[in-house]
Amino acid sequence: MAAAVRLVLLVLLLLGPGVWGQAEPPRDSLREELVITPLPSGDVAATFQFRTRWDSELQREGVSHYRLFPKALGQLISKYSLRELHLSLTQGFWRTRYWGTPFLQAPSGAELWAWFQDSVTDVDESWKELSNVLSGIFCASLNFIDSTNTVTPTASFKPLGLANGTDHSFLRYAVLPREVVCTENLTPWKKLLPCSSKAGLSVLLKADRLFHTSYHSQAVHIRPVCRNARCTSVSWELRQTLSVVFDAFITGQGKKDWSLFRMFSRTLTEPCPLASESRVYVDITSSGQDNETLEVYPPPLTTYQDVILGTRKTYAVYDLLDAAVVSTSRSLNVQLKWKRPPENGYIHYQPAQDRMQPHLLEMLIQLPANSITKVSIQFERALLKWTEYTPDPNHGFYVSPSVLSALVPSVVAAKPGDWEESPLFNSLFPVSDGSSYFVRLYTEPLLVSLPTPDFSMPYNVVCLTCTVVAVCYGSFYNLLTRTFQIEEPRKGGLVKRLANLIRRARGVPPL
Amino acid sequence: MAAPLALVLVVAVTVRAALFRSSLAEFISERVEVVSPLSSWKRVVEGLSLLDLGVSPYSGAVFHETPLIIYLFHFLIDYAELVFMITDALTAIALYFAIQDFNKVVFKKQKLLLELDQYAPDVAELIRTPMEMRYIPLKVAMFYLLNPYTILSCVAKSTCAINNTLIAFFILATMKGSAFLSAIFLALATYQSLYPLTLFVPGLLYLLQRQYIPVKVKSKAFWIFSWEYAMMYVGSLVVVVCLSFFLLSSWDFIPAVYGFMEHPIFFMFIQIAIIAIFKSYPTVGDVALYMAFFPVWNHLYRFLRNIFVLACIIIICSLLFPVLWHLWIYAGSANSNFFYAITLTFNIGQILLISDYFYAFLRREYYLTHGLYLTTKDGTEAMLVLK
Repeated sequence: MAAAVRLVLLVLLLLGPGVWGQAEPPRDSLREELVITPLPSGDVAATFQFRTRWDSELQREGVSHYRLFPKALGQLISKYSLRELHLSLTQGFWRTRYWGTPFLQAPSGAELWAWFQDSVTDVDESWKELSNVLSGIFCASLNFIDSTNTVTPTASFKPLGLANGTDHSFLRYAVLPREVVCTENLTPWKKLLPCSSKAGLSVLLKADRLFHTSYHSQAVHIRPVCRNARCTSVSWELRQTLSVVFDAFITGQGKKDWSLFRMFSRTLTEPCPLASESRVYVDITSSGQDNETLEVYPPPLTTYQDVILGTRKTYAVYDLLDAAVVSTSRSLNVQLKWKRPPENGYIHYQPAQDRMQPHLLEMLIQLPANSITKVSIQFERALLKWTEYTPDPNHGFYVSPSVLSALVPSVVAAKPGDWEESPLFNSLFPVSDGSSYFVRLYTEPLLVSLPTPDFSMPYNVVCLTCTVVAVCYGSFYNLLTRTFQIEEPRKGGLVKRLANLIRRARGVPPL
Repeated sequence: MAAPLALVLVVAVTVRAALFRSSLAEFISERVEVVSPLSSWKRVVEGLSLLDLGVSPYSGAVFHETPLIIYLFHFLIDYAELVFMITDALTAIALYFAIQDFNKVVFKKQKLLLELDQYAPDVAELIRTPMEMRYIPLKVAMFYLLNPYTILSCVAKSTCAINNTLIAFFILATMKGSAFLSAIFLALATYQSLYPLTLFVPGLLYLLQRQYIPVKVKSKAFWIFSWEYAMMYVGSLVVVVCLSFFLLSSWDFIPAVYGFMEHPIFFMFIQIAIIAIFKSYPTVGDVALYMAFFPVWNHLYRFLRNIFVLACIIIICSLLFPVLWHLWIYAGSANSNFFYAITLTFNIGQILLISDYFYAFLRREYYLTHGLYLTTKDGTEAMLVLK
């Protein structure tokens, strides 16, 4: 009996510190998402979002155990008693007219705005220190934020997360339009991600591709959110977003077929093991102009439909945690292809003028795969004037060969490397995109043997045609100007007398 | 009369349709005797596709048709075969009605002259009777429709057939006495190929005759009417030319595209024949048009002197055309002299044929007024010579 009681006490003792002293570690979860949106102008927008939700009350307890939530930001929140923090670094401008409405737009340069807790006494002091610390974390010159470029908006910036009251004296807003975003800012931003750039969607974040874009915006948003529907407790949400717009003309000679490989020069291999959700969404709503339909490869297993920004949109969903998506090739390269109905192509035809210019026919055609296309032209050669024949007309006349210039898609992607470094045979034709190579072919020239005239013909023609025309003219003239008359038989005549002479000699009666 | 004409039309359409469907159609449309660079169907199609591409059809030296033809075929390109069969049928019908009217006029005139005793007394067998003239319009239609030359031109889709239709309608309008319509059709025919300009004079003469206006320089009615007709003709021509300008917004087509007082209809026939002989790119389609008129001058048959030789010349030359062309171009064993000689012989045949008909016509006129059986002063049979 005493042993059982001792055992229970021991158990209670053992459990005791666990129950009282140490709270269970707060749970955090990571969701990562990539949205690819083909824009109306032919460009492609890619938006990354990494959301870490930390179910903890940072204000009340001193927290020392950080798992997914980055320690730098967690310490920032607790030290400066932040309620919300929004920092964005942007290069470029979102062209709404060509690209449509963005999910999240940020001004060019650096933008920082923060809501402080009610317990903060000197907001400006905290603000100054906050901007200095952030400039250290993100390697951006945010230390230039001071009273000369800080404002306290009263109406336009409301808290984006949970808020008890909105006393605007706790809000500070600053923007530095001169700030430039570069790799130095991307690297610490990437380091805040739980999987860094090793697994999941963050493997696509390669600086050399991300900064070769028309628009690049990276942001950090920290705000408190409800943990559940009844909002009994509060969690912290950290969202790291990155939006880029790839330009169709810079990277790809105006072709509108996109793939993850072409955009980021990487493909997705495995999801981040720390993520509870890892998805790629591709916007397949639009059918494009000119009756084009968007085709996504590989075909998605699920689609998602919703009303986004006022319009109904459909998204193809690729769930990296789903074994079926990354199963076969161990890598996921989402490809977007615009299928347009076969069009006539471009035809430029300049007909010939005798002795002035030759025929020119240029056609731009798209050859279907695994097929044979034959182009045939019927032409006639006009007969030359007799002085234009060469001394050897029976050799024949040449028809110049035709030229075929083609961009052939290559099976293996070539790296567009240095011009000067590569061998000479590789650098004949300029190639800016590794997915196709340029080739120029020529056909054989034609030798046509034409009938040559007989070079005595001018004399023949002149003589005979004049004779015929004279015959015609003579007959008609006679018929038109003469009249019928009865002929009087003529007696005499020299020929008749001679004939009668010969007849008498023969003994035949005279005429 | 309508039933036999309809029958002839049906037969002609059947023959043409059969040839269109056969493999000969391609072969015939390439023949140089049937199509010329001015009337080839291939060039019409080329001009239409140039128009579709946005290039002016006249920019190359290939297309020689008029803008009205372009626009006609722009809408009718799918029914091209039907269009050509219909044009042939229209030509035949126009000639039929024209010759019917002409017969009436001839008969009326003959009656008038008989009553006025203008003819010699013993020419009874030269006088034409309604009986023998009854089937002439039908024969004319048949001659045109079933002539191998016409069939070949139709199957080759040569635009010469359209020109023939316009000239036939001009003849019909002139016969009916409508100066306005005759001017319009002549303007359209001249617009397409310049040669029908020479038909202006016989047309004018016939219209004057119909209204009994004497052809004298001093006559006021003569000048008024001539002036009206000329103005209508020139006016229609100007309207058609300007319409072409507006259709294609350019004057390009002008450089590309552009000849018996008593018996104007015979004169017209001779003119058409002269056009067919002397135009720069003659084809057999032009020959077919005036050959359709032979039944009208049936009564001259007894005065034709060389009809056998001429018929042989024309038939043999027609048969030799393809042979010598093949030898020159494809076999390479003859040279162009052969083909040239044959075309020349064909033209000589045509010239002699026309002058023979002319001679026969004049001779019949002489006999009508001077009597059929002529004797010299001493009673022997006389010979007529042209002096």
